[in-house]
Amino acid sequence: TSAVMAAVCGRGLLAPLGGRLRVGPWAPLRSVAAAAAASAPLYDVVVSGGGMVGSAMAAVLGHDIHFHDKKIALLEAGPRKEYDRMPDSYSNRVSSISPGSATLLSSFGAWDHVCSLRLKPFRRMQVWDACSEAMIVFEKDDLDDMGYIVENDVVMSALTKQLDAVADRVEVFYGSRAVGYTWPLPSHSCDTSPWVQIELADGRRLQTKLLIGADGHNSVVRKEAAIKNIEHRYDQSAVVATLHLSEATDNNVAWQRFLPTGPIALLPLSDTASSLVWSTSHEHASELLTMDEESFVDSINSAFWSNVNHSDFIDTAGAMFRSAISLLKPSGTAVRQLPPSIAKVDPESRAMFPLGMGHATEYVQHRVALIGDAAHRVHPLAGQGVNLGFGDIACLTHHLSAAAFNGNDLGSLKHLLKFETERQRHNVSLIAATDVLKRLYSTRLTPLVLLRTWGLQATNALPPVKVRI
Amino acid sequence: QLSLFRLTMKRLFSTSHSSVDSKEMKKFQLLAHKWWDEEGEYSALHSMNDIRVPFIRDTLLNMSSNYNLGNPLSGLKILDVGCGGGLLSEPLGRLGASVTGIDPLEDNIRTADQHKSFDPVLAKRIQYKSSSLEEIVEECMETFDVIVASEVVEHVADLEMFIKCCSQVLKPEGSLFITTINKTQLSYVLGIVVAEKIIGVVPEGTHEWEKFVPPEQLEHLLESYGFSVKTVNGMLYNPLWGSWSWTESTSINYAMHAVKSGAREQSSPTDAPSELESEQHPATAGTAT
Repeated sequence: TSAVMAAVCGRGLLAPLGGRLRVGPWAPLRSVAAAAAASAPLYDVVVSGGGMVGSAMAAVLGHDIHFHDKKIALLEAGPRKEYDRMPDSYSNRVSSISPGSATLLSSFGAWDHVCSLRLKPFRRMQVWDACSEAMIVFEKDDLDDMGYIVENDVVMSALTKQLDAVADRVEVFYGSRAVGYTWPLPSHSCDTSPWVQIELADGRRLQTKLLIGADGHNSVVRKEAAIKNIEHRYDQSAVVATLHLSEATDNNVAWQRFLPTGPIALLPLSDTASSLVWSTSHEHASELLTMDEESFVDSINSAFWSNVNHSDFIDTAGAMFRSAISLLKPSGTAVRQLPPSIAKVDPESRAMFPLGMGHATEYVQHRVALIGDAAHRVHPLAGQGVNLGFGDIACLTHHLSAAAFNGNDLGSLKHLLKFETERQRHNVSLIAATDVLKRLYSTRLTPLVLLRTWGLQATNALPPVKVRI
Repeated sequence: QLSLFRLTMKRLFSTSHSSVDSKEMKKFQLLAHKWWDEEGEYSALHSMNDIRVPFIRDTLLNMSSNYNLGNPLSGLKILDVGCGGGLLSEPLGRLGASVTGIDPLEDNIRTADQHKSFDPVLAKRIQYKSSSLEEIVEECMETFDVIVASEVVEHVADLEMFIKCCSQVLKPEGSLFITTINKTQLSYVLGIVVAEKIIGVVPEGTHEWEKFVPPEQLEHLLESYGFSVKTVNGMLYNPLWGSWSWTESTSINYAMHAVKSGAREQSSPTDAPSELESEQHPATAGTAT
């Protein structure tokens, strides 16, 4: 992780803009091509990738007052996704939406649509260790919602509706994949087109003053722009499923237990249903997918309830530390709640996908910006993935809106670098911390278990640290 | 008193019929192709946009009662005198104004035309012309809502003629924006010695201290041609960050906003018309709908 941080923070304080200009492959346009390119429609911003983050980016810009007379395009390879009402069963791909992300979504009217479809607020998060009694509980003092569990399809549907609302500014190209990008030379060379050229799979061409890459962790935009990506495949896969609880309950707590093989999390969907995200080794994940439903449910319950990983030594050490804390800070130990037990799993809902971590060394170049998973990929244990993407959107929109109001060239590195600095500062520490946590909790070794046990207990007792998390 | 005497002497003995100084033209000829390199010789002018564009935009927004935040300068006709490569014309065009950029140097106009040609919106909104200010006066009497003369008056041969022409092509109650450099010891040390010879943030020989204009002199000149000076702000360049900021002191760089009087065909009045003051609306901060 120190290597990660060193590589990632490699951009010096006074690094010249010139160092950022194109070194990757480029093709200057000659006369015939220039004529053809000149007739390709010119957009102010093109967002490549219509997932949750890409769609939200296009929608936010479309609703921004300083973009009222600008032309925006969104390129999405898949079909249009919109629901007037959700199917009865829950989708197995859900996200934990933070209050900050909810604020962003409501700033352009998407949150209302989410609320009218379905979502589940949660008030509390209990995180504990499989190897000890240590536990940490997060909850807001005023019993406000800590976050919301929302199906990804619901978010997409809300975003589609809000994109429709600004269709005069934002053109969405469904079923369109970009197959080639041509980068401009730095702006003071006058003969060739200063814009980014995009070629679609069906042969259509677009030009843009700013290309925003929101095309996921295998970003083509990032690769074509020759931006180095620090990436690491965890030897873990996440298993997701929709589960039904044994008995109905308020179900407003998110549960996560760190097993030596990886964290298992239960995210509430309704009073009777929860979503499973279980990160574990590839072999175990495949087993979980193929075993019969009863064994699958048993594995989950045992993962949450069994104490087989405890050792007397750790338990005693933990208990001692806990009494020490309660002497110093009487309110510092929380009441342990018990997670719900699972009765059944939705038949077709089991799926798995491999996990990895990634961070682009640069988020921006002349006329290019990366957001969401294209810029950074994180382990789901922190429930932060899409929230980091929404945070990118809020920051980039702030800078682009100011640039538009100043009459600036939207693709200019000056304001793009400000976005990069702000977000890297925020994201790097979170991604590094998530990576550290993942590694720390992947072991049974006593000294590390003791360390994290005491660490968790101490963090639970210290309000300032907890609030920051 | 001394400056007044100097001014009168200049009027009596001035023989030039043009505000263009041919020595100055030669200096800029060499750099005609460097305008759009944001890191090159003109980097300080590029970063000056960060304060001069908001200054112009907000002053004009405050003066109008109906505006559209998506297109704040739409409907305004702006003359950018000494536009160079179009560094200031383009942002003003992007904000919705119809901009006419003039510059005596043909190569500058060529660079500016070339640069705007790729953007169809700018190509329509901005027109460039290789010309001096005097040459367009006859066909452009009282044509423009706004004149912008940024980093220009310290290069002209006849400042008085320049101001007179500005007054002639500006509509009544139109705005004139000037940014330039003060004539002080500090501006000599920092503006010429440090900026040109030591750091090199301004190409050497660009400025002549003798031609710098103190704000008091400029104000007096403007008022004698029917302008009412509304704002004078000091500007400061930080070479470490390459950025400009507003400052109280006008000892080095400064910006000025003046409004031409409302009455038509003023020859050389000295009293600022009071009706202009009462017509000014107080600033209503723009709120997004």
